[in-house]
Amino acid sequence: MRAVAVIGIGKTAFGAFADRDLRSLAVEAGLACLADAHVSPSKVEAFYLGNFAGPSFVGQNHLAPYIAGAMGVEHVPCTRFEAACASSGSAFFHAVSSVAAGMYDLVLVGGVEKMTSQSTPKVTEILAGAGDMCGEGRAGATFPALFAMIARRHMYQYGTTREQLAAVAVKNHANGAKNPQAHMRKVITMEQALNGKPISEPLTVYDCSLISDGAAAVLICPLERASEFTSKPVVVKGIAQTSDHVALDEKDDITTFRAVKEAAQKAYKMAGVTASDIQLAELHDCFTIAEIVATEDLGFVEKGSGGPYVLEGKTCLHGERPINTSGGLKSKGHPVGATGVAQICDVVLQLRGDAGERQVARHDLGLAQNLGGSGATAVVTVLGAA
Amino acid sequence: MKGVVYTETVVFAPPEQFAADAPYQLVIVTLENGKRLTARVLGDRVAIGDAVESAETRNHIPFFHKI
Repeated sequence: MRAVAVIGIGKTAFGAFADRDLRSLAVEAGLACLADAHVSPSKVEAFYLGNFAGPSFVGQNHLAPYIAGAMGVEHVPCTRFEAACASSGSAFFHAVSSVAAGMYDLVLVGGVEKMTSQSTPKVTEILAGAGDMCGEGRAGATFPALFAMIARRHMYQYGTTREQLAAVAVKNHANGAKNPQAHMRKVITMEQALNGKPISEPLTVYDCSLISDGAAAVLICPLERASEFTSKPVVVKGIAQTSDHVALDEKDDITTFRAVKEAAQKAYKMAGVTASDIQLAELHDCFTIAEIVATEDLGFVEKGSGGPYVLEGKTCLHGERPINTSGGLKSKGHPVGATGVAQICDVVLQLRGDAGERQVARHDLGLAQNLGGSGATAVVTVLGAA
Repeated sequence: MKGVVYTETVVFAPPEQFAADAPYQLVIVTLENGKRLTARVLGDRVAIGDAVESAETRNHIPFFHKI
């Protein structure tokens, strides 16, 4: 297997853009990524696209060649991956696999979602389709409801508090306020976070990620060729994708994401590292409780200690292990199909030392964790400075 | 069917098709046979650990209430 490097990154701003369509967002991110690596579109050998629900949100199918053609990436394999909110994490995993296997040298991986042209109740309904529509979905379980039930059980089993949940939102908004491409560049207080409008008890609007439009892209190649394109290649040291039951009520213990734990163990093993070596991470905070559970499943802390870990400030920008320096899904925004690749972009930015106001001191080894649904798909990637 | 509440929430922001029902309480019940089921709650609000039993099924949605 060949070592694989990320040689280009590109993102649009995330936000609610009434005047932008899905394709223009994806093209902007893709071309920015190719420009970052000084690679012309005609050199790209394959295009892997993550998108959750373009057909439902904007009525467009056959998205991969539709976007690739508009970028000038033509006559090569162009494929869309759907794995709920882990769609582009999955696209990235499969793209890395193909380059590692020697199938291609230059592969562009994109992720895009255009969500804000639908009403919030309609978006809620479309997102619910990432769950089991013959069971939990039919009973009226929204995604906030599924994660609210995870939060309730986590509070019951481990004594996790509302304040600990809110600490995730306060931290990620503080980081996002420093990110020029974030959807909601706004610092919030603990008091605000604790008194938000209820969405699904115990979660308030401040516990939920944003409904956003946006796109992201990365360009990968074999490590041995990376110096042709960049002076700051970032190595994919370990990567794994795993799966679990789609329905929350089919999981034995809903306070843990088994798929995340297993993906992390595989990715750590491939990278030859342990959890304690990870210096910074972009985690899938679709809801505040999800970041707390992720810190436990990734082995950053013991099971049940994720709440105190964030409240004590260990994961803030200048804490011992900064988490979601981009602002996370909470503040940066969560155009679901773009999120997995956007996380890779944000970790690469830190590892290159190019994160500006958000730059952390130790930036040799980072991790991205992308979650689909209530844990049915997980992708964990360990990235290192070359 | 009888069971125990494994977890619960009250939904204030429903999907479009359940807009008229909100707010509603949703539970995952651990049934006597050990299987779990996602259901709605009829009547009094329930908490984790409460004993519940099946009340009715409406539009394919199972409803449970507190025993």
